[in-house]
Amino acid sequence: MKFRAKLVDAACLNNFTRVSNMIAKLAKTCTLRISPDKLNFILSDKVANGGENFFSEFQMEGVSAENNAIYLELTSENLSRALKTAQNARVLKIKLTNKHFPCLTVSIELLSVSSSSRVVTHDIPVKVIPRKLWKDLQEPTVPDADVSIYLPVLKTMKSIVEKMKNISNHLIIEANLNGELNLKIETELVCVTTHFKDLGNPPLASENASQDRSSEQMAEVHIDIRKLLQFLAGQQVNPTKATCNIVKNKIVHFDLLHEDVSLQYFIPALS
Amino acid sequence: MKCLVTGSNVKVLGKAVHSLSRIGDELYLEPLEDGLSLRTVNSSRSAYACFLFAPLFFQQYQAATPGQDPLRCKILMKSFLSVFRSLAILEKTVEKCCISLNVRSSRLVVQLYCKYGVRKTHNLSFQDCESLQAVFDPAVCPHVLCAPARVLGEAVLPFPPALAEVTLGIGRGHRIILRSYQEEADSTIKAMVTEMSIGGEDFQQLQAQEGVAITFCLKEFRGLLSFAESANLSLSIYFDGPGRPAIFAIKDSLLDGHFVLATLSEPDPHPQDLRAPELQQPAPQLQAHSTPHLDDFALDDIDSYMIAMETTVGSEGSRTLPSTSLSPGFQPHCSPGSHSEEEDDTEPSTVPGTPPPKKFRSLFFGSILAPAHSPQGPSPVLAEDSEGEG
Repeated sequence: MKFRAKLVDAACLNNFTRVSNMIAKLAKTCTLRISPDKLNFILSDKVANGGENFFSEFQMEGVSAENNAIYLELTSENLSRALKTAQNARVLKIKLTNKHFPCLTVSIELLSVSSSSRVVTHDIPVKVIPRKLWKDLQEPTVPDADVSIYLPVLKTMKSIVEKMKNISNHLIIEANLNGELNLKIETELVCVTTHFKDLGNPPLASENASQDRSSEQMAEVHIDIRKLLQFLAGQQVNPTKATCNIVKNKIVHFDLLHEDVSLQYFIPALS
Repeated sequence: MKCLVTGSNVKVLGKAVHSLSRIGDELYLEPLEDGLSLRTVNSSRSAYACFLFAPLFFQQYQAATPGQDPLRCKILMKSFLSVFRSLAILEKTVEKCCISLNVRSSRLVVQLYCKYGVRKTHNLSFQDCESLQAVFDPAVCPHVLCAPARVLGEAVLPFPPALAEVTLGIGRGHRIILRSYQEEADSTIKAMVTEMSIGGEDFQQLQAQEGVAITFCLKEFRGLLSFAESANLSLSIYFDGPGRPAIFAIKDSLLDGHFVLATLSEPDPHPQDLRAPELQQPAPQLQAHSTPHLDDFALDDIDSYMIAMETTVGSEGSRTLPSTSLSPGFQPHCSPGSHSEEEDDTEPSTVPGTPPPKKFRSLFFGSILAPAHSPQGPSPVLAEDSEGEG
């Protein structure tokens, strides 16, 4: 098993750092899936994050020819802390190494005013995940969404959801094909609803769905507000594209695109 | 005794006190002929810090009132620090600071003359004590590193603030390597290891061989480093082998500072090879170029820092003491030219009669009493409760 990658572009480095910070905010431990053409961060709350095109050099060799992937478990904070020193990096290299125990070695060559180079190396301990557990880490298959809608500004959403959390843990998210999204909290004493209008809907994948329902009909999911808040809290920058897909009473799926990085976040309905 | 500090020097003094507070809980204050000395030592006696402010640092400096006994006292660090707690406020509002001794009430009086006619007076109680003196001599250390504080500040930046110990060593190609140190005892909790490698060209002085390395407390070092960075000074590191104390020094025309920190000793005569065997490595070894050079490090399990006190009087035989000088002052001069022998000391770090090598040894403290109070025989650990008179 081997893995080795190199990052030289400052913008890509920033993106990678940002992704890592986001992951660190979302979960304490994350799984890194290394495939021949991309790198995925998988968090146990069913979040998957894929990234390609970052690396100027990317070489990997999986467990075996048929299973050409590597699954590693690591503490997310370690990676984001390692990348914090990469702000002024000339080159960033990531390798899978074995120093007493398996490590992801992040080697950063810093830009230096003087003639000499400065190199920072971080050895992040990782756990190699055996093949028999790989099936638990596959991207979930999601049934076609009933409604697909573009999200409002995430910061606005976050501040609203934060306030709602004080009232109840049970949040109802609903949207329709008319560009309307509602966030609802219902308790014995009070009902609070925030209405977002004119959000716009992306073209739906399946044509049948759009014919069956009227554009005003809402599709709703009941979710744990804390999961939504955790997701929103990790978003530092507004994404290039943000879509919310609702499968009625089953699951809500957030699909974000930050330039080259795509983030998928699935929140299951409360049973 | 009376010392008057004015202008920006007040902040410098405050910053020094902050640095000292990182080390110990008691501040030893002693006005000497060559300046005001502020010293401290940590509870396990594995770190000693001292700042000496020359008379020129002060607008007015009077070490001792004629007729009075010279003052040698210690104050609670917390109390003294509270006077200089907020450096920002010191800078903005304090114009003068006066430290004097009120004999009648037996108090050390620190007065801050602030803007708008405000005067803050702190009456601090103190204890007479013996002079706190560590025996060390930078000239005896075979290895010297010197760099602007900024370079060293950048070097420790990648390390987490909570990291306790760090290993400093010289790697191949005269690169200076700093690496986070992990105690073997915690091997079940695998922590991230960070290593920083800097070229020797960034250093003003580099006199050390490849492969030498010492492990010391980073937190304590940061105390001096932050002071040196704020004062824009160069920091020199004088060291020997593992187990021997390392001396960190800064100096300018008005003050000098020394932090002497114990280093982890090497109990294992066969140092473990740091480079792990490559178990499944079909690719060529892709290690960072700096790591192989730390093979000679013996970062083994040291159970605890040990307090081992010895007096210099009556222990000339101990070879762990870098110097047997009994002078009350220290000689901070570094004379790299005089180090004709450049090879490492190959003598073992165990010395007959000393505690088991596994423990952290820094046997460089002595209780040096002023000539007027010379003891009859070897005196015990710092006689802190003495009355101060002969």
